[in-house]
Amino acid sequence: MRVLHQLLQLRHMREFNVLIALILMGLLISLFTPYFLTVSNLMGVSRAFSLTAIMSIGMVMVIITGGIDLSVGSAMGLAGLITALCFDAGYSQYAAVAAGLGVGLAFGLTNGLLITAIGLPPFIATLGTLSIGRGLMYMITHGVPLTPETPESFSFLGQGYVGPVPVPVVILLVLTLIFTVIMTRTRFGRHVYATGGNENAARLSGVKVQRVKLAVYVLSSTISALAGVIAFSRYLSAEPASGFGSELEVIAAAAIGGASLAGGIGSVLGAVIGAALIGEIANGVVLLNINTYAQQAITGGVILIAVSLDVLRNRMGGRG
Amino acid sequence: MKPFLEMIGISKTFPGVKALDHVDLHLNSGEVHVLAGENGAGKSTLMKIMTGVLRADPGGEIRVEGEPVVIKNPVHARSLGISIIYQELAVVNNLTVAENVFLAREPLLPTGLIDRAKMNADTRAVLHELGVEIDPEAMVGTLSIGQRQLIEIARAISYNSKLIIMDEPTASLSHHEASTLLRMSRKLAAQGVGIVFISHKLEEIFEIADRVTVLRDGRTVDTRPVSEMTSDLLVRLMVDRELDQLFGHHISHATDEVLMSVRNLTEKRVKDEGVFVRDVDFDLRRGEVLGFFGLVGAGRTEVMEMIFGSRPHSGEISINGKPTRISSPSDAIEHGLGFVTEDRQSRGLVLGMSVRENFSLTHLSDYCSLDFVNRRKETAACADYIRALGIKTPSPEQKVLNLSGGNQQKVVLAKWAARRPQILIVDEPTRGIDIGAKAEVHTLLGKMAEEGMSIIVVSSDLPEILAISDRVIVLKEGKISGELTRENATQESVMLAATG
Repeated sequence: MRVLHQLLQLRHMREFNVLIALILMGLLISLFTPYFLTVSNLMGVSRAFSLTAIMSIGMVMVIITGGIDLSVGSAMGLAGLITALCFDAGYSQYAAVAAGLGVGLAFGLTNGLLITAIGLPPFIATLGTLSIGRGLMYMITHGVPLTPETPESFSFLGQGYVGPVPVPVVILLVLTLIFTVIMTRTRFGRHVYATGGNENAARLSGVKVQRVKLAVYVLSSTISALAGVIAFSRYLSAEPASGFGSELEVIAAAAIGGASLAGGIGSVLGAVIGAALIGEIANGVVLLNINTYAQQAITGGVILIAVSLDVLRNRMGGRG
Repeated sequence: MKPFLEMIGISKTFPGVKALDHVDLHLNSGEVHVLAGENGAGKSTLMKIMTGVLRADPGGEIRVEGEPVVIKNPVHARSLGISIIYQELAVVNNLTVAENVFLAREPLLPTGLIDRAKMNADTRAVLHELGVEIDPEAMVGTLSIGQRQLIEIARAISYNSKLIIMDEPTASLSHHEASTLLRMSRKLAAQGVGIVFISHKLEEIFEIADRVTVLRDGRTVDTRPVSEMTSDLLVRLMVDRELDQLFGHHISHATDEVLMSVRNLTEKRVKDEGVFVRDVDFDLRRGEVLGFFGLVGAGRTEVMEMIFGSRPHSGEISINGKPTRISSPSDAIEHGLGFVTEDRQSRGLVLGMSVRENFSLTHLSDYCSLDFVNRRKETAACADYIRALGIKTPSPEQKVLNLSGGNQQKVVLAKWAARRPQILIVDEPTRGIDIGAKAEVHTLLGKMAEEGMSIIVVSSDLPEILAISDRVIVLKEGKISGELTRENATQESVMLAATG
């Protein structure tokens, strides 16, 4: 009974809707194919969506401050490429990974300073750095993938397993835990929510809102850069188009997970489950032999339904 | 002369409040009729009834040119010839002057496109009639506040208005702009248009009025020609009322020790509009409750924003005898200041957050070790303040948007009280809250002063200022126009300093 009671308490969580959607969608797919609910398939699906999910952790923090980060795909792609270049130039794997993450840091500082110091709208600032990053990638690669020699140990990051669980999924779980704690239990997390909830009131209460904003953009880009390093480790090839267009999926994950683009509302866990739902749909489309071109349309429909339900639920359930 | 608009026995009841109680008002064509009264006297409710925004209680009667009418809505009021110019400008800054004047009734060509030539020509004609030189094709955003106001008047005239209501039109104008506006109003009256002019400025009232009606507590106190009115009489008619019995006796906790001294506080202006606050000097003593009074647009809130670092300024601020530089709210807070802002919903609270989260936002580090918030400590402290201040909420977890205005205001006070600032600035602490909550807020402010906090109270509610202040500073048009000790501060003396 106690367990049941605790389960019932779950429905008060913001993430409840999207969690139910994830489960229902899984059941639906299982009705048509027994293969869906197998360990190997679920692990494969998880590894496939883990990069989007990792990036959505950074994105949701930006969205909670009331901002948006369109440059995550470029930060991811460029970070993977710079890591590859370092291997190519003969640096150690530690130096290469550090350089990749450094790209993310630089991206985030650029975005953050354009937004806080110059006062550009986040949409415009990150649209600009999105293009710059993508342009740099094509300039560096001339459109040709880069496949340097890498040590065996490096590929563990993207290809390895801990028990049955792929390493990228382990990284995702660890990051989800860390950032959930940060957002719900620390002063920084509280300030992120307050900044997006009412920037004026937060500033007049002594919250250093510009610093908070700078921090979330740096986190978002650096987390995306980590995703880029993992992607490179997985394929051992830095593609010029790596991460292209991924910002839309990442933003969709955060929105499906209950984040409000107006700021102040959202959660790390919700965004990660949102990414899982998108990944699940992609997998279902493949398993059920549906035209893969339909996948995008289905994902779009899910976004609209999920966010509409959330809006309606908030309107009816009143305010509590 | 036959009145254009007659309002006879007009009452308006809101839940729990009688805003208007059998008000009579007769407005003639071709006269400037000043409507005077304190905040809350019922002026705006009366205006809203005249313009169809609100419907009066049954029983009264409104006649336009002798015919009884029921004014259904603002569009209907306009078709009867009644227009209003609001205090907050209702112009679209990124449209041209002509586009604003003809907004939502643009003249069309047979093709369905806008007839710009006609629109510009008609606008030019109206502006010419007003005797002002403004290009109909200029962007409204490039004009001064005073010019934007003239555009609203031009719009009212182009509706063929027979009665134009102006709600404190000069509140945010410079002296020069204000005199242009007054001249124009007189000119319109001479052409047969009736003008209702709402103002708190005595000088202005005597300069422009033909007749004056005074409202107090929702009743018409008196209507008389301006020739039979004096400043003293007008002030007495406006403010004469008993102080509320709810509010206890005043006890001063002021010491002689100067806690903060402000010298030559002057605004750094980005745009040349609105009031220009300059050369503000004053001292604040430990334990003192210092009242700041002034009319709308006198610069009270601006002074406080400069002290709190949220508005650019020059000048010196010393706290505890040490000169300090305050360039942001977080600097101010580190120097021991707190600021209960005028607009609690847009600037005081994060409405979507809980009582607990709003409460602790000013002093979250009190509950943190490293950066981790100790939720239990935080909740306990919040619960203490909920009890102490009598905040009515089911729990600390309730979102503040579900609380009533008075309880929201107490949450704002709690979040600052718990921070224990040396100096607490409270701007309009009781606006929009009921009388019981108001008395509680006053008691709380008194208690904080007793504990040695210095409090600056900004309010446009004169009885409130008089009831709780140890000393009153009066601002007028961006400068200090008077400083009165508690003994010398009366409704009349403060009002005179603010208007005279």
